[in-house]
Amino acid sequence: MSDMTMLRSRHLLGIEDLSADEIYLVLNTAVAMKEVGTRSIKKVPALRGRTVVNLFFEPSTRTRLSFELAEKRLSADTMGMTTSGSSVVKGETLIDTARTLEAMSPDMIVVRHACSGAAHVLARVCQSSIINAGDGTHEHPTQALLDAFTIKERKGRLDGVRVAIIGDLLHSRVLRSNVLLLTKMGASVVACAPATLMPLGLPALGVTVTTSMDAACEGADVVMMLRVQHERMHGLYLPSVREYFSLFGLSAERLARAKSDAIVMHPGPMNRGVEIASDVADGNQSVILDQVANGVAVRMAVLYLLAGGDAQGES
Amino acid sequence: MKTLLKGGRLVDPVAGRDGQFDVLFDGDRVVTIAAGIQPDADTKVIDVPADFIVTPGLIDIHVHLREPGQEHKETIATGLASAVAGGFTAVACMPNTSPVNDQAGITQFILKRAAEVGLARVYPIGAVSMGQNGEQITEIGDLHKAGCVAITDDGRPVLTALLMRRALEYASMFKMPVIEHCEDPSLKGDGVAHEGPVASMLGLKGIPSCAESIMAERDISLAELTGGHVHIAHMSTVETLRAVRGGKARGIHVTCEVTPHHFALTDEAIRGYDTNTKMNPPLREEEDRLAMIEGLRDGSIDVIATDHAPHHADEKALEFDKAPFGIVGLETAIPLCMKYLIEPGIIGWPRLIELLSAAPARVLNLPGGTLTEGGVADITVIAPAAAVTVKAAALKSKSKNTPFDGWQMNGAAAATIVGGKIVFVNDAVAGAERFQ
Repeated sequence: MSDMTMLRSRHLLGIEDLSADEIYLVLNTAVAMKEVGTRSIKKVPALRGRTVVNLFFEPSTRTRLSFELAEKRLSADTMGMTTSGSSVVKGETLIDTARTLEAMSPDMIVVRHACSGAAHVLARVCQSSIINAGDGTHEHPTQALLDAFTIKERKGRLDGVRVAIIGDLLHSRVLRSNVLLLTKMGASVVACAPATLMPLGLPALGVTVTTSMDAACEGADVVMMLRVQHERMHGLYLPSVREYFSLFGLSAERLARAKSDAIVMHPGPMNRGVEIASDVADGNQSVILDQVANGVAVRMAVLYLLAGGDAQGES
Repeated sequence: MKTLLKGGRLVDPVAGRDGQFDVLFDGDRVVTIAAGIQPDADTKVIDVPADFIVTPGLIDIHVHLREPGQEHKETIATGLASAVAGGFTAVACMPNTSPVNDQAGITQFILKRAAEVGLARVYPIGAVSMGQNGEQITEIGDLHKAGCVAITDDGRPVLTALLMRRALEYASMFKMPVIEHCEDPSLKGDGVAHEGPVASMLGLKGIPSCAESIMAERDISLAELTGGHVHIAHMSTVETLRAVRGGKARGIHVTCEVTPHHFALTDEAIRGYDTNTKMNPPLREEEDRLAMIEGLRDGSIDVIATDHAPHHADEKALEFDKAPFGIVGLETAIPLCMKYLIEPGIIGWPRLIELLSAAPARVLNLPGGTLTEGGVADITVIAPAAAVTVKAAALKSKSKNTPFDGWQMNGAAAATIVGGKIVFVNDAVAGAERFQ
């Protein structure tokens, strides 16, 4: 293991920019952060006096709340901005919004935006650390980190773990970040989607690509289901929910093809009966709620490390 | 007054000249082209440095001058200043202004403004359909009479096969080509970058190569049906080139152009989400880039045109998805041609001048493209050895949207002469001061 104690960049724009050592650093730091959440007083002073802005241009519940909780547990001062009722609907550009916020001297800006590359735009014009909380269909790095944390917690390792990722891969930033992270860490990744929802470029990253759900599940340690949005249905991507579930839905029967101790993951929000059957989502192989819990710890780790790791007493 | 360009290398492929020739012009006309012309007393003599290249004026047949209606991006005055600084003595301007150049009054306005500005010659291109809406055909005869040299709905494709058929038939009465922006709208969708592994992993919606080539195939078939002339604008893919080669081999009247950025850059340039790498057609893959260079070499590609597309900095300072397509190109064409075509030995100067002057004139039936005694004195003087560093902020164009900012290359226009008037002298080039 590396003795690295800091991240090289002051931004977290994507998994693409992280080395394997940096990923281990985040995951190991998150172990200590998770412990904070088990205390009766779930708060440490690590980011006391630091200001974090949560800038969400896209509706988000779990990611926004997860970041907020992570910031509060680290004692940061936080403020949030969502697009409805904001200057954005009055026609302000992304860069102007960011500059306006910057004038108030925040230390970090957590940004969620519907356009790929939005976090990169901010990183170019802002002095603050930018944390990408999801940009379009590009990356969602903290989701991949919390997924890796969850896999490592359950499987003890990432190297050599077989992960099947199934769903609307074309429109998924979770897929892209997970593929980049898992392949960097030596996991073997199988990507499964209908041909209309399969992105280009995966084989070049060492990912096995299939349109057969059975083949994807075969021997998997991890079955990661991704959301299929309703607007993809009944159009040119997919004919119906019924056909989608029959070909790509995770039923107990399909899950039986995976290893007997395989875990089932989903970044949420789930569509029960569309991509995943309720008995599987709620079954004993499901770690979906662990992912949510771990999300707070991993985001605490990211915030702490980007703040320089030099803040007052971590625990 | 008479002016003698003495020395330098004259490259004029149409006239079959490549060597040490002097050019004497009087007023707007060339008088004599010969080696060792002896000037008389009232002739101004310009000693052209020996390594400079003297050519028939360069012609860019794909330029967006933005006036009328989008003067915050470019005006006819700033666009023509950019043109002559890039060595172009004439430009053909696209009709997607506001209002669209779909009637003679707009054409006349453009020509009037261009005449007031002077500098480079302007050849307006009219719209195929009223408002470029793909429905009603324009008064092509009237546009022709007013001065339009071609028709196009550029910015978007000619919407239906039937409209394209009628446009080709109708325009053929005036020997005008229909210039096509090849793009199947349904395949393009809301794509913003070339559909390939790079855009896929950047999470950017793709525009597949066949969105272009399917439309090119359609138009070539319609040119075959009608006997009309279709000119494929800003070709970017290996599939489109294959379609054009097939059409030419079957004797169909199809010509095509490629932009410098499509033979200089690939979609690798979009990593980092710089909106100055967003253009339509998008930057493609290395295979496509190399195919464009091969097409320029083997003669399948007729013309180099810049698709000069100015956009205001505010419009480009947006998310990649939201920024408009297009880059400025007039002032970077010469060094890019040198870097990617001349310096690697792909083509020689006569072929390059064919691509930048003779062929553009031929494709749009324009005067120029060669220097003849008694002909118009439109002349570009190029300093091939001049080291240039592209500075976006210093471009003469009103807009600075170039992906080549900071690039160090060789080659620049030393002087640009239109109708016997020296309209541009490049201060940054040693030896160019002789043209002052």
